[in-house]
Amino acid sequence: MTPRDLFGAALRGLSANKLRSLLTVLGVSIGVGAVIVLVAVGNGSGKAVQTRLEAMGTNLLTVSTTGGGGGFARGQAGPSSQQYALTLDDVSALSDRRLAPDVASVAPVMTSSGTATNGDTSYTINQVIGTTPAYLPATNTPVGTGQSFTQEDVDGAERVIVLGQTTATELFGRAQAAIGQTVKLGAVDFVVRGVLASKDSTGFNDPNATAIVPISTLRATQAGYGALSQIVVQASDKDRVDLAQAEVTQLLTARHQVPATTTSPFRITNSAQILQTSQDTAATFTALLATVAAISLVVGGIGVTNIMLVTVTERTREIGIRKALGARRRTILGQFLIEATLLSLIGGAVGVGAALIVTQFQLAGVTPVLVPSSIALALGVSAAVGLFFGSMPAHRAAGLRPIDALRHE
Amino acid sequence: MSNDALIDIRGVTKTYGAGETAVHALRGVSLQVEAGEYVAVMGSSGSGKSTLMNILGCLDVPTRGEYFLDGSDVARLSEDQQALVRGRKIGFIFQSFNLIPRTSALANVELPLTYAHLRRTERRARANRALELVGLADRAGHRPNQLSGGQQQRVAIARALATGPRILLADEPTGNLDAHSTDEVLGMFDELNAEGRTVVVITHENDVAARARRLIQVSDGQIVRDEVTR
Repeated sequence: MTPRDLFGAALRGLSANKLRSLLTVLGVSIGVGAVIVLVAVGNGSGKAVQTRLEAMGTNLLTVSTTGGGGGFARGQAGPSSQQYALTLDDVSALSDRRLAPDVASVAPVMTSSGTATNGDTSYTINQVIGTTPAYLPATNTPVGTGQSFTQEDVDGAERVIVLGQTTATELFGRAQAAIGQTVKLGAVDFVVRGVLASKDSTGFNDPNATAIVPISTLRATQAGYGALSQIVVQASDKDRVDLAQAEVTQLLTARHQVPATTTSPFRITNSAQILQTSQDTAATFTALLATVAAISLVVGGIGVTNIMLVTVTERTREIGIRKALGARRRTILGQFLIEATLLSLIGGAVGVGAALIVTQFQLAGVTPVLVPSSIALALGVSAAVGLFFGSMPAHRAAGLRPIDALRHE
Repeated sequence: MSNDALIDIRGVTKTYGAGETAVHALRGVSLQVEAGEYVAVMGSSGSGKSTLMNILGCLDVPTRGEYFLDGSDVARLSEDQQALVRGRKIGFIFQSFNLIPRTSALANVELPLTYAHLRRTERRARANRALELVGLADRAGHRPNQLSGGQQQRVAIARALATGPRILLADEPTGNLDAHSTDEVLGMFDELNAEGRTVVVITHENDVAARARRLIQVSDGQIVRDEVTR
């Protein structure tokens, strides 16, 4: 019996009970499709997080104090936290090339919030950031229209402001219209210098609902002269982030006379570390999804076994006839193995097709990114599932004695 | 005892089960059938005639005793070799036709040729010839459930003949047929035997047995009568 004959016999066997074959195929295709789609979703969400974090700047260090000097809002800072409060002097020290050679730029950050008004229109800005011009390139926040404020504006505590995209459109309708206009923030008038380019969201807050003003102006008009909220440090190179972090830690520890026995009061967030962590998280997430999908693939495989067992039982008499007509053991074995493998291979192909279509769409806010190896793996596994789960029923069929099979009713 | 008999069984017993519940279907049967004979095996149900037929057709193996088919010892053949013997030397005809359902008459007739490793074109030609022989060439594409009982049995005969076997083994071939179809099928056996093919028919009907030239009566697992009738 040639392979072609075996194949034909297997196809006839499958088409003899179309609905049953179809349902079995469905089980496998759901398993295969789930593997591909879920891996693509996991991969896609990992990629999305990575893109966002890279947009934030990967050579960025954010320094803050854990000792309670985190901002003007916590006015009741104890003496020890005042000792560790970040100051503008820290910023100047960190900017010193000799003290911190791997630091490219440093920007102080103070935050406040407030309601901005333009005539009758008002808008509550979540985050009013007081900083220096170095903040914008360091945090990868380009100005979209107009321009940034300058160091002179900071030195002179000029009342100028750069609005976030959302803030500008809320107050002026569109970004272009805002340039040169006056915005009232609290009781003080600010002249709009520029509008930031739109940013993708990295979390729950709208990153475009901001406004940036010179730190000196913010201190004079809004936030007072307390400690800085943060210091943003940009390393000179992606590979020098760790070096820069060590220099910053050393410098701050020395400047604030932190005893060697206490844990560091400064928290330095390394964006490269965040990226690594979130990549690890995404990988775990993908593995979890793949495991769930793999389980459904195994369930589909058990479906193949179940159907093949039913088929063998139902066709025992046919097997007997075939043996009486001279069919050898391996011929019967081959026929049923091919039937089982065909079932799962067709299921695999359908699953791949469905997955290719489904992954064209956004799923739960994630744009799936196909992993080619997952397609190959899912197809391979589905063929293996057919061979593995089909072999038991096929062996049972092949092992039947002709006389027992013929007597079967 | 000549060794050139086509079928030669010696002291064959067949026991099902063991101990007190053992059933002795055959209790020492010896039988020789020469090539070209037309033999009817008669017996009531439970007499062991079906067991005898299964052993003759290599579908079952004897508990004790020897079976030489066309000179070779069946007990020494492997499972696959037995399958080969069934396919090449024996044509089976069953009471319930035993055609493969949902498969055309032609494909059914082709099946033993497929197992005998014939080429596709050769198979098709031989199967068509066999169907012509039983007068069903025009029904080649029909499925078993589209054929009458008599037609199904004729397809089964065509299938049994397709490989050109030396022996035709028929187990109650007319048991499910009406009088007209019975005549047709038996007429076909007469012709085949006239052409020189060995025919062994197992039956409990006297008029079927009467067509054979040698009658063997089986009772309680033993041959009680063996005579040439015509």
